[in-house]
Amino acid sequence: MKRRTFVKQTAAASLVTLGGVGLSSFSVSQAKKITILHTNDVHSHIDPFGPDHGRNANKGGVARRATIIENIRKENPNTILLDAGDIFQGTPYFNFYGGELEFKLMSMLKYDVATIGNHDFDNGIEGLHAQLPNAQFKFVSANYDFTNTVMDTWVKPYEILIKDGIKIGVFGLGIQLEGLVTKELYKETKYLNPIEIAQDMSNILKTEEQCDLVICLSHLGYDYKSQPDKMSDLHLARNTEDIDLIIGGHTHTFLDKPTVVKNKKDKDVLVNQVGCYGLYLGRIDFYFDHQIDKTYQGNTQIV
Amino acid sequence: MRSFLKRISFVLLLCLTLLSACHKKKHLVKVESTRIEINDSTPGNVDIENFIQPYRENVKKNLDSVLAYSPETYAKGDGKLNTAIGNLMADIVLEQANPIFISRTKDTIDMVLLNFGGIRAPIPKGNISARTAYQVMPFENSLVVVEMKGVLIKELITYLQESQKPHPIAGIKLTVDANFDLIKALINDAEIKDDATYYVATNDYLFNGGDAMYFFKRSEKSYPLQYKIRNAMIDYFKKVDTIMPTIDDRFIQIN
Repeated sequence: MKRRTFVKQTAAASLVTLGGVGLSSFSVSQAKKITILHTNDVHSHIDPFGPDHGRNANKGGVARRATIIENIRKENPNTILLDAGDIFQGTPYFNFYGGELEFKLMSMLKYDVATIGNHDFDNGIEGLHAQLPNAQFKFVSANYDFTNTVMDTWVKPYEILIKDGIKIGVFGLGIQLEGLVTKELYKETKYLNPIEIAQDMSNILKTEEQCDLVICLSHLGYDYKSQPDKMSDLHLARNTEDIDLIIGGHTHTFLDKPTVVKNKKDKDVLVNQVGCYGLYLGRIDFYFDHQIDKTYQGNTQIV
Repeated sequence: MRSFLKRISFVLLLCLTLLSACHKKKHLVKVESTRIEINDSTPGNVDIENFIQPYRENVKKNLDSVLAYSPETYAKGDGKLNTAIGNLMADIVLEQANPIFISRTKDTIDMVLLNFGGIRAPIPKGNISARTAYQVMPFENSLVVVEMKGVLIKELITYLQESQKPHPIAGIKLTVDANFDLIKALINDAEIKDDATYYVATNDYLFNGGDAMYFFKRSEKSYPLQYKIRNAMIDYFKKVDTIMPTIDDRFIQIN
């Protein structure tokens, strides 16, 4: 610990020394920007809703989402695209093709990482496994133990992505399957305690892997007001440390901006979710700087 | 085009909180967030459109022939303890499943219980096609008839009293007071007897404990019908010209 403090002071000192020579414009122009795009609970909604649909009329659609994502990638190549599960089930595309089209389209949109929702077991764990060759993106789940299933070795607890030198750790968490999904579908998949697993994961990613950003892709659900003890993203955020962002799903919660929660160490965690059916794309931009002695006030402002 | 996007943006400026001393560590200095609505102001990506097209055509061909007519739009939020769409679903199950069950067992289905959450879309006013059935019931759930004693039926009733939702039911009639205490419970218009046997149709998801309906698993016996709820709906829509679902008195609250 003492050694670390020393290193930090040395690093700070050398920056200050260099700063004297000509790093006055360092702060804004040198900041690295990482764009996180995310969806959840798209539920096989490939086509937009029709004009007669009432609440969702003319909204959604994968082809439009592709256009928006493409434009954002042009603006910032350091963009990652994530999905928080329940990719499957909800339109005849799933009933007819078993998820083939969903995975192929997500691959075309260049999704980086997704986690597994309860409905992704709807054609059985074999049904999910059978569609994996169509997915050119990675699946993460840290609290589903797939050891005795066909999914064994196909899902990693976490993935690390590096964009513009920024190291981003993404781990996945799934919801308790018992009582929610028929056992014949999820077979021997074991659900492990999300808090304990999240602590392990965030510790590995932040400390061992030295990630600059730790993201949890969660299908636990945002919050359960009538069941306050039920595991949720807000629970997870409050009772863990070292997670920067939780991208959630399952509860189809439409947040117009991330909820800021204080974690165990009284640091900010962002929790976001964009409802369902591909009606929205969530976007969060993280700016990183090398400078150490910057002091930002923790306030919120609208732009 | 960008300006058409409904955007709700905000910026969060975060304190520099990273205390790790690794010299490579980057410091998070600012976070911005935007929620982007996907709507018709954005043109679809042509490659993606072209890729979807053959899949869409094939699905369409299979789904869009008109089967029946719906005079109104029926949604699951339309009633407190029973809804027109829920009653229709439960009544369809009773009507479609009973001939199969009778032919296999000589017994008759007494009641139906499905779950409120299983109604995944409204039935819109206008033509009903197989697509309508896929929207309302996208899941592959099949029907199961469960043999239950009256005592276990009482647990099922307690579940309905506690959940206070319009779970689709048929064949059973419940009346509760303002506190959801039971005033009357009838199956086939008769009082429920503890040791009598009742045949309850539900789906395999609920039978296996879905939606915490654990009472099904403690039943005497079960008979999987290998008949999907969606197919029961499609078969029913083929039979009728116009659906006429209503909210009725099968589950009501009186003061």
